[in-house]
Amino acid sequence: MPRFTAQELDAHRAKVTQLLDKPSIKVGMSTCGVAAGAVLAFDTLVEEAKSKSANILISRTGCAGMCSMEPLVEVCIPGQPAAMYGNVDAELARRIINEHVLSSQPIVERLVPSIEALAVAYDKSDTPTPPGASGPRQYRIVLRNCGVIDPESIDEYIAREGYQALQKALSGMTSEQIIEELKVSGLRGRGGAGFPTWHKWQLTRDAQGDEHYIICNGDEGDPGAYMDRSVLEGDPHSIIEGMIIGGYVIGARQGVFYIRAEYPLAVQRIEKAIRQARAAGLLGKNILGTEFSFDLEIRLGAGAFVCGEETALIASVEGKRGTPRPRPPFPSVKGLWNMPTMINNVETLANIAPILVRGGKWFGSIGIGKSTGTKVFAVTGKIKNSGLVEIPMGTTLREVVNGICGGIASGRRVKAVQTGGPSGGLIPEQHLDTPVSYEHLQALGSIMGSGGMIVMDDTDSVVELSRFYLGFCVDESCGKCAPCRIGGTQILRTLNRIADLKGTERDIATVRRIAHAMQKASLCGLGQTAPNPILSALRYFEPEFMERIAAAKTARKEPGIARK
Amino acid sequence: MIHHSLEPPERTVNMVNAIINGVPVQVEQGTTILDAGHKVHVKIPTLCKHPDLDATAACGICIVRIKNTPKMLRACCTPIEDGMDITTEDPEIIQVRRSVLELILSKHPNQCLTCGRNQNCELQTLAADFNLVWDGLDNIVPQLPTDTSTLSIKLDPKKCITCGRCIQVCQEIQNVWALSFLQRGIETRIAPAGDINLADSPCVRCGQCSAHCPTGAIVEYDETEAVWSKLLDPHAYCVAQIAPAVRVAIGEAFGFEPGTNLTGKIYAALRRMGFKAVFDTNFGADLTIVEEASEFVERFTKGKSVLPLITSCCPAWVDFMEKFHGDMIPHFSTCKSPHAMVGALAKTYYAQKMKLNPAKIFMVSIMPCTAKKFEICRSKEMQASGFQDVDVSLTTRELARMIKQSGIDFITVPDDQPDHILGAYTGAGTIFGATGGVMEAALRTAYNLITGSNPPRFEFEVVRGLQGVKEGEINIVGTKVRVAVAHGLGNVEYVINKVREAKDKGAEMPYHFIEVMACPGGCVGGGGQPYGVTDVLRKARAKGLYHEDGSGLWRCSHQNPYVQQLYADFLEKPLSHKSESLLHTGYTNRPAYQK
Repeated sequence: MPRFTAQELDAHRAKVTQLLDKPSIKVGMSTCGVAAGAVLAFDTLVEEAKSKSANILISRTGCAGMCSMEPLVEVCIPGQPAAMYGNVDAELARRIINEHVLSSQPIVERLVPSIEALAVAYDKSDTPTPPGASGPRQYRIVLRNCGVIDPESIDEYIAREGYQALQKALSGMTSEQIIEELKVSGLRGRGGAGFPTWHKWQLTRDAQGDEHYIICNGDEGDPGAYMDRSVLEGDPHSIIEGMIIGGYVIGARQGVFYIRAEYPLAVQRIEKAIRQARAAGLLGKNILGTEFSFDLEIRLGAGAFVCGEETALIASVEGKRGTPRPRPPFPSVKGLWNMPTMINNVETLANIAPILVRGGKWFGSIGIGKSTGTKVFAVTGKIKNSGLVEIPMGTTLREVVNGICGGIASGRRVKAVQTGGPSGGLIPEQHLDTPVSYEHLQALGSIMGSGGMIVMDDTDSVVELSRFYLGFCVDESCGKCAPCRIGGTQILRTLNRIADLKGTERDIATVRRIAHAMQKASLCGLGQTAPNPILSALRYFEPEFMERIAAAKTARKEPGIARK
Repeated sequence: MIHHSLEPPERTVNMVNAIINGVPVQVEQGTTILDAGHKVHVKIPTLCKHPDLDATAACGICIVRIKNTPKMLRACCTPIEDGMDITTEDPEIIQVRRSVLELILSKHPNQCLTCGRNQNCELQTLAADFNLVWDGLDNIVPQLPTDTSTLSIKLDPKKCITCGRCIQVCQEIQNVWALSFLQRGIETRIAPAGDINLADSPCVRCGQCSAHCPTGAIVEYDETEAVWSKLLDPHAYCVAQIAPAVRVAIGEAFGFEPGTNLTGKIYAALRRMGFKAVFDTNFGADLTIVEEASEFVERFTKGKSVLPLITSCCPAWVDFMEKFHGDMIPHFSTCKSPHAMVGALAKTYYAQKMKLNPAKIFMVSIMPCTAKKFEICRSKEMQASGFQDVDVSLTTRELARMIKQSGIDFITVPDDQPDHILGAYTGAGTIFGATGGVMEAALRTAYNLITGSNPPRFEFEVVRGLQGVKEGEINIVGTKVRVAVAHGLGNVEYVINKVREAKDKGAEMPYHFIEVMACPGGCVGGGGQPYGVTDVLRKARAKGLYHEDGSGLWRCSHQNPYVQQLYADFLEKPLSHKSESLLHTGYTNRPAYQK
């Protein structure tokens, strides 16, 4: 592939756009699809098509989001609506070739909703389906290409507006203009903290240093959260494009992809995408024929949740023990190798290109209040349709749980929704009409977080859920600061006493006291927020804890057992 | 005659104004809330921040708040910003601090009564200040073995509060990298990388970890029992010697002002404890200078062997050099350290004079140092007398305890004299205890050896003070002698890399003479000195030494009449065959990791 100039890239885009019009079968082959058996489906489709001389392209694609129906196979024939098949085994794969492709007879009883039916694509409509109106409730910006293109084909990415934002940025936009566009868009950090992205970019750009660095934080680690993995696997170029633009704005020559080693497929796809981008002149020296040079390298996280914290991540990239350090100085001033460093989350970076292409005003018009754009959630738990959803900010939790995800699978009552993972909290059923936004979720004692959402029904125990999350934080505490290192363990021991019917009322007071100390005195976000799940459980479901304490009392009063 | 080559760079200082607990304060930009507090007499408690070290922000005790905000900040690492209104104490802050302390104690053995830091422990003090009550937490001390493999320091990870000071000092100040954190979370502990014994690690036994530890997790390897049993043994002839830096620091254990010179009281205490002879390492220092200055003059004026000459009296430095800078061996002075010289002479010269069986002599060195415990058996040259020259090396801290145990009222006990034969000394011997002191003492005698007369001024200010590396040029009647002094092992590389660079280029050597002491401040800041060392203490202790030097009759080692007598009666002359066999040693490359 030649190294493109801007004009050549335009010409190339016009050429490859035709690629998308060919009849094709797409098999969802992200980690989730592969785990569900997509390799067998893919191989069978290829074999059957070959043996029957079916003239159709069979390609891999990323995650369509409907985890509960994997493996997913989509038949796209121009002029016909896309047909998505769920739970595709070898037999169904053969039938798809023979009946749908060769005989134009879709297997109706095995069809599941297609992406088009579930989500409005941002390139098809400038606005999501308005509240109350009929139509898909999801709106895909971040996931625009996931499940749609072959993630290993740069041409398919280019064909769908790919690298158009970079072209725009490099052909005349100043860094000020790009930052202004982001400011207008209202985009905030999707890692969970919600820091305004434009501000981070500006702070890093303005900081003095011989070098500036941009880092993509791909150390996604919340239990049950896999939004970033799906984007890394399903649309790697969208993140790369965001990073190149970020590098251009802050004056970086080098960027680092920090990806956890537990995401081997993501690493492989990013590696391949970087090679492709280099070959196309989109990375390396004189990008698109301009003066701007920038390149990327990958660093693997070695399995520490805390390395998602910015300063610990930097230590890890530098080859040191992954522990946080005090801030200030913030990484934007003193980060990697003591140079100004901008760290953005995967989802944040995937939003950059659409904002530049469509304009910040468009992005800012979506959402609610200071929470603009969309948010991707990984919805799991007792839900009927578990999977990835991308919703406009402001969508209510009830809409997500009952509307998009079809409610509780068993038909039981929703008890609560957990957001924000180990740093978040529980939102009980009576608050499900709350719109999703940074501010609304925080007001309820939870947080937006990176996008994990676990739905509980009335058979689930919040005591056990609290125990699970706390155990996670205890395992993942780096051990540097005393409040987190010892506090987490002590709360967990106390909670275990309560859960195991050995607790007393005093244990509740101990939990609250230690939780308070952890929140106030821990060094980094991990320790400061680790008590959130248990505190929100106590806030909304204290009687459940008191039940166990009462049971413990009863147990101690049993005849023959002396009370101390 | 002397000029500084490392001037501190000029800089402009921006001041910021803030309010702490209602009191206005003006400080330099970048000053932390913790340090600014000191200016307005506010003492914010901390367990991890040490004045020598950058903040690690590990303990979480020093939290404060910006007035009327809920978030709490760490005072140790948060710089004051203009207009900040800071509250350092309110009921909630105190409650949080108390909870954090309670957590720390819940993972601590709380065996204060039998701990080496009893009554001198930062954790114990804070627990008392906060009136901590035990309230419902399990005690979760892990079962971890104590590491005494170095026979110099004792590392008990159970008592560790994971503040990280020892690791910082080992890695950043000393550049030794023996200690590191292992594991994570609640399992986090300090140990050499690879979880090996300290003795098998790069540890040079400088003991700076123990000097900076806030608790009893790292203390000296206590050998007072061995000394007591010899003192009780009627067949043993116990003799002692005290190092220069001990005399100006031991008083801190008895409530004296830091830097108070208590030489006479120490002699008295040692005699009352049962030592039959009391020597002074300062005598050995004078002897070292006569030997080393002769060695220097041989190399400098007669071109024998290589320059620069590098001092060898610090055992942690010797160990460090053998492990990491073996290419410097030809530059090393072959002189043993002063106490090792006294040890060798006690069992030869002194034994002969006193008609004693050297086998019965039990030599105890009182040192500011933990590395000396290793040095006394580091090689076969340490048995030059035919016996182990020094039998036990105690730290200043151990001596202070022994004095307390023996019921001596140290505050009022009248001064005594040493046994002058190996105990008389000059001011040059005294200043061995401070960084630059060996260099200054050597220059005084080298001047005499080169010119035949004493220097017009005894003070060589260029080598004094706490600057990490001191470089200077000394004019000895037209001959320029370039010297460098480094203290804190982390400062060594700068100096010897310059030597290496010149060697590689075949250029003129940047220095003729280099002094290195492993501990910041030199022996006054030694790893075996009373706890709580800071630059304030280092300066006070050094001042005590320089004061004694300045007020004495003899300022040059070669003026010491007992050293002169030693040569006349026994050694013949500096660098004689006998001197070489008793007072000199050799070096060898050693691996950083022993296994």
